[in-house]
Amino acid sequence: MTSFLDSIGYGRWILHVLLLLPVVGVVPVLLGREAWAKWTALVVTLAEFVLSVGLWWSLIPGLGDMQLVTNAVWIREWGIAYRVGIDGISMVMVLLTTSLMPLSVLASWRYITSRERGFYALMLTLLTGLLGVFIALDMFLFYVFFEVMLIPMYFIIGVWGGTNRLYAAIKFFIYTMAGSLLMLVAIVALVWRVRAVTGQMSFSYSYLLEHASAAGAAAPWLFAAFALAFAIKVPIFPFHTWLPDAHVEAPTAGSVLLASVMLKIGTYGFLRFAVPFFPQVALSPAVSRLMVALAVIGIIYGALVALVQPDFKKLVAYSSVSHLGFVMLGIWGMTLQSVQGALMVMISHGFSTGALFLLIGMLYERRHTRLIADYGGLARVVPVFSLILTLVALSSIGLPGLNGFVGEFLVLLGSFAAYPWATGIATTGVIFAAAYLLWAIQRLIYNRLDDRENEHLRDLSFRELAVLVPLVVGIVWLGLYPRPVLTRMEPASRKFVEAVMPGSTPAATLGATAAIPGSGR
Amino acid sequence: MHLTHMVWLAVALPVAGFLVNGALALWRPQAKTAVSVVGAGVLLAAFVVALGVFAGLSNDPSQAPVIVRLWSWLPVGRLKVDFAFQVDQLAAVMLLIVTGVSSLIHLFSIGYMREDPGYARYFSYLNLFVVFMLVLVLGSNFPVLFIGWEGVGLCSYLLIGFWFSDKVNADAGKKAFIMNRIGDFGFLVATFFIWRAFGNLDFAYVSEHAATTLAPGGAVVTAITLFLFLGCTGKSAQIPLYTWLPDAMAGPTPVSALIHAATMVTAGVYLVARTNVLFAMAPVSSAVVAGIGAVTALFAATIGLRQYDIKKVLAYSTVSQLGYMFLGAGTGAYASGIFHLATHAFFKALLFLGSGNVIHAMHQAYHATHSHEDAQDMRNMGGLRQYTPVTFWLMLIATLAIAGIPPFAGFFSKDEILAAAFARGADAPVYYVFYGMGVLAALLTAFYMARLMAMTFFGENRTGERERAHLHEAPWIMTGPLVVLGVLSVIGGAINLPPFIGGHAALEHWLEPVLEPGLRFSHLAMPTGSAEYVLVGAAVAIGVIGLWLGFRVTLGRSIPVARAAPPDRGFARVLSRKYYVDELYDALVVRPLVWLSRVVLWRGVDQRVVDGAAVNGAAVVSRLAGGGLRLLQTGQVGVYVVLFLVGAVWILRAVMR
Repeated sequence: MTSFLDSIGYGRWILHVLLLLPVVGVVPVLLGREAWAKWTALVVTLAEFVLSVGLWWSLIPGLGDMQLVTNAVWIREWGIAYRVGIDGISMVMVLLTTSLMPLSVLASWRYITSRERGFYALMLTLLTGLLGVFIALDMFLFYVFFEVMLIPMYFIIGVWGGTNRLYAAIKFFIYTMAGSLLMLVAIVALVWRVRAVTGQMSFSYSYLLEHASAAGAAAPWLFAAFALAFAIKVPIFPFHTWLPDAHVEAPTAGSVLLASVMLKIGTYGFLRFAVPFFPQVALSPAVSRLMVALAVIGIIYGALVALVQPDFKKLVAYSSVSHLGFVMLGIWGMTLQSVQGALMVMISHGFSTGALFLLIGMLYERRHTRLIADYGGLARVVPVFSLILTLVALSSIGLPGLNGFVGEFLVLLGSFAAYPWATGIATTGVIFAAAYLLWAIQRLIYNRLDDRENEHLRDLSFRELAVLVPLVVGIVWLGLYPRPVLTRMEPASRKFVEAVMPGSTPAATLGATAAIPGSGR
Repeated sequence: MHLTHMVWLAVALPVAGFLVNGALALWRPQAKTAVSVVGAGVLLAAFVVALGVFAGLSNDPSQAPVIVRLWSWLPVGRLKVDFAFQVDQLAAVMLLIVTGVSSLIHLFSIGYMREDPGYARYFSYLNLFVVFMLVLVLGSNFPVLFIGWEGVGLCSYLLIGFWFSDKVNADAGKKAFIMNRIGDFGFLVATFFIWRAFGNLDFAYVSEHAATTLAPGGAVVTAITLFLFLGCTGKSAQIPLYTWLPDAMAGPTPVSALIHAATMVTAGVYLVARTNVLFAMAPVSSAVVAGIGAVTALFAATIGLRQYDIKKVLAYSTVSQLGYMFLGAGTGAYASGIFHLATHAFFKALLFLGSGNVIHAMHQAYHATHSHEDAQDMRNMGGLRQYTPVTFWLMLIATLAIAGIPPFAGFFSKDEILAAAFARGADAPVYYVFYGMGVLAALLTAFYMARLMAMTFFGENRTGERERAHLHEAPWIMTGPLVVLGVLSVIGGAINLPPFIGGHAALEHWLEPVLEPGLRFSHLAMPTGSAEYVLVGAAVAIGVIGLWLGFRVTLGRSIPVARAAPPDRGFARVLSRKYYVDELYDALVVRPLVWLSRVVLWRGVDQRVVDGAAVNGAAVVSRLAGGGLRLLQTGQVGVYVVLFLVGAVWILRAVMR
């Protein structure tokens, strides 16, 4: 495979094509007939996926550096350039995005019935924005993509959403915008600070990373700005309330992409920017304790609030708060195991939660309600749907052998050395996760079928199976054989941990990890 | 390749069965013959594989433990978790019990579930259960064992709620899963401790290095073992996490026999034996294990005295017998715990399947006459030995076995546990208390079993005039497996005959290589000579007295049918309501948690504080501010440019300073 990719020069053009193709695809979507829009979008996103698959083989094994790097001058005076590239972490995030995109388009097939051209054009723009965020190696470019993905999502929620869509969309927009503006200020400030020390102005990620210590006394403030922007995106308690509203109002595809990819941009931002730029701040005892505490609060709080949601979509939204708490804990656990676990949770959550949103969307298309109380006893009527729902729920619960377990286990295992108490409390999340999902499952598909409207629901169609089966395969595969993914991410994770840890860590963490053979470094 | 390396096949066969039956359940639910052949066939084949593995191991025991590495599962830096099986003496015994008993119960199910519309689904779940159970007993490290550990819980959940249209059944399944999860939390935390201490999660590594890595009696090993035991209390239904098991009887009766008596619920005992060295190094934890075991044995037995549902009696009996096994394991008599696990698998599976035959007969009779009486309530039975004679005799054997009457299987295993607890009392007197509880529980065991037999099979028949004509013995496919279990309940004690009657403790010697690391830390001087004879004599006397009392008290008065029975009063009511523990948990845990989540966290923190005060408050403030700032929006570009420049210069100044 590698030699074939080399023969076509794959590594040289692939990232540009991935960024450009969706935007180019917008043209035929907008100019073509209304009825063709979804077909065009499907073809483009599928092509995008097929093209992206080659990335799997195009990284040098064992190397944690950025690869397939392109560096083209854009605005010379300000040191802004079109810089892109990937490492194992961004490669996996890119694949997650490109694999979920065609499924989201397929899931919108019947759900979106008005202004289809606009919808699919926005979906394609969103794809470029999402991919750009993961592969940009220039802070200005990153910021541009960060904004580019925000706007399509705003419209997707605001135009094709549910009854309260405007409130949700504006809340989503203002929240994210507030964070990202702060981040912009921080980026500019960092660039200026670095210039003041080195005499060179550059938005290059690697350059800034190398000279980030120039931030000096401003580092805590800059970190705070980055952290706030990403904390809103994740979202970390107490910045999470936009999420349930956005999810409930968004159309299925919006919810899927929001949960599966966009939330990960928050945690990705911590891994890529906030922590590596300012490790002294990020890993200072006070900040570490705060972040770990917020992560654990998120895990427990999200699960408990999910428990009592009458709306299934809201339940899943709060469960995301809980799952993303594991990611944050893993990042601050700061061992190879916990960071790899955090990444696995990001991927698994993309699959499981994406699938849950797809499933509830399918139910909504049939019955036009998301209230759990309106269902019950569905297993008799729609057995295939029920089977898949059960499997996906089990993966979300973290049943070992399915994907959810791998990440959660690694996060907890890796964080335990540094934060035994917090990790112990976080582990109780496995109990609450079982409680909220199994209770919901019971009220949806078990119990007596007592609503006559549910008696004649259709089971999944071929198209719906085509959407779900790839996710189910992924859920089982990642659960039983996560090794290929883990080994591809490991060099980058190792680099992250090693770059961030030395000399800058609180004595307790360093002492603990040094004294304990199992810290994995 | 050695026979032991074929062990993966024992797992692969039921995997195939699960996939085929699962597909049939979705697309050909009426293909019952195919389902039966596949469902039971893969298990019989797996049993043959198990025999081969066992033979391979006994030909060359020195090679144990054999690690059969299938693939690398969770490799992250120093962490190397392989999906691997470990064949050693303990795993081989469990492998035989699991595949053997499962085969019998699969065969029985062909008859018992014949009429059920979910036949194919049932067999696919049952096959899947065996897969996970085998992963549990064969896993070579903590995470792989955990796959099986949670997987059996999942199958238990699915099978308890098999008739899910009834909310009670679905509730029971969910309760089982969640209570097990509380235990699993303990298992996970123990795993994290082990990783921190050892940097390795393989059983072989941990037992080899425990003595040099951990301080005996230290805080770490105590914490590890207590958290592990929390896991055991969930899976094996011990206090405080036992309440799911009686509810689990909502599932089909063969499931109760297989999962909730013979195999899954014994996983905790297996886990203690598997990690024996850790428990042996933590005397405090071991005392907790023994103590919880003894208290559970006694406590559950008292509840068993006053249940009317035949399966509920057996369920509390199982909780109680599992308590014995933990008493043995906590005492350091790991082999005795496993011995009792084995004999209990035989006689308790027999009792459950026998009760299945009884329920089957009752159900058929009520079905034929369209009555809506409770087919499981013993007050509606009586005198059934005339109608189901084979079942009666087989259940009588099992009753003698569980009551500890020689030479039946349960006598030897229970006696060993009690003797061990007595012997441990010499170093730690608290074990005398545990021993006393065990003896008292044995008396109660004999009593409630005699009561069960008396109410079911003796006295006048209370099923009803018309129904009586329809009471029949079950077909051979159901009685056949019972006969095999009956034979095992009689002679099962032979696998570990004690020296005082001329045996040489075969099972104990067989398990020695696995248990040796633990025995190094806690040697147990078993009573010999006259002390031994006195203990044995006392145990037998207790069993006989209990049985005699049970029959006498039960048959001494007339039993009203369930419909006409007056409610229990006084302490009998406390017993029949199971000490109100479910109500207690509901009031102390479930409801406060839901209230906290709904009222405080969701409506309070989320909607009022975060969203109401902070977020929307900020919106109001900004709207007011916006009203003021609107004056600045003159629409003249020049003004904007000036404002923009002022702002930019201000920011840059701040940054450059």
